[in-house]
Amino acid sequence: MSDSNTDLLPKDNFAIKDDGFDGTNQQERPESFASNIKYLIVGILFGIVFVKAEIVSWFRIQEMFRLDSFHMYGVIGSAVVVGLISVQIIKRFKIDTLQGEHISVPDKTFDKGQIYGGILFGIGWAITGACPGPLFAQIGSGFLAIIVTLLSAIAGTWTYGLLRPKLPH
Amino acid sequence: MEILEFIRKPWPWYVAGPLIGLTVPILLLLGNKSFAISSSLRHICAAVIPANISFFKYDWRKEAWNLFFVAGITLGGFVATFWLANPDTIVISKATQTSLVTLGITDFAGLMPSDIFSVANIFTLKGLIFFVLGGFLVGFGTRYAGGCTSGHAIMGLSNLQWPSLVATISFMAGGFACTHLLLPFLLQLVK
Repeated sequence: MSDSNTDLLPKDNFAIKDDGFDGTNQQERPESFASNIKYLIVGILFGIVFVKAEIVSWFRIQEMFRLDSFHMYGVIGSAVVVGLISVQIIKRFKIDTLQGEHISVPDKTFDKGQIYGGILFGIGWAITGACPGPLFAQIGSGFLAIIVTLLSAIAGTWTYGLLRPKLPH
Repeated sequence: MEILEFIRKPWPWYVAGPLIGLTVPILLLLGNKSFAISSSLRHICAAVIPANISFFKYDWRKEAWNLFFVAGITLGGFVATFWLANPDTIVISKATQTSLVTLGITDFAGLMPSDIFSVANIFTLKGLIFFVLGGFLVGFGTRYAGGCTSGHAIMGLSNLQWPSLVATISFMAGGFACTHLLLPFLLQLVK
């Protein structure tokens, strides 16, 4: 979309950008270990929302894929609307981070992995009833068997890294 | 206490969705971080089992925030379940319940059906399919797609990225196909 973001990427992040790296850390000033505590706190609040809205529930995911309830569509839809408005405000008014850095969000580049990988993840989503975030929340909720699911997801990510050069992109 | 009572009830989508959406600006304002979760799995690989694979050779310490974030999600799940738990049984649609009963699911009391997601099932065929195969597809698929529901469906769409729309449509396509074509077969297999 706008190219005003990409030219502000830190140089050492180019390799990462080519990898389709999501969740990248664009902060230039190095952070102390303790500063990570704030992301832990955001995560705690986020995990509480996950459980209280029951979106970590296998049943809710089944409802969604069976078109029997609006709940999940309402959650994802309203999350996107709020996210979209926030990102547009941040860009329009050139709002800085709390440390005074320019906020930059790297653009996503298309590759066929978004289709092939997307479909494979969709299948796993319906089987496990969880995307990666809810996996962590389910474990916290006491479903300890999900530790196996998480370990297998890590193995899946590792296998992707191994096979990456041979896969169509 | 009224507030606590309100918190204990399941939160409707119009409360939960906007709160999840607010995570996007909060992470950007706190430290220029793009909201995404599946990348944590990659950082774990990079930190623990890089095995000289180029995909895992990067400075994962710079992305450690993401590991703190998912540790927080785990703790949040604990807090919500053990201190703010809904005292009532989860309400799911009758139609879904009926379909699942015909597929052999009998327990509708918790967030997850104990018929499948119990520790006792880890070393059974159920465990192999629902934990090992399912988890593998989640990890492999999200990384192949370059993100999951948070990175693509929420962060990507919020930033008007069309590749994220392609990914989101693919997630849904895979999920619909699995629920209606594959799951009946898989649940029959483990009945």
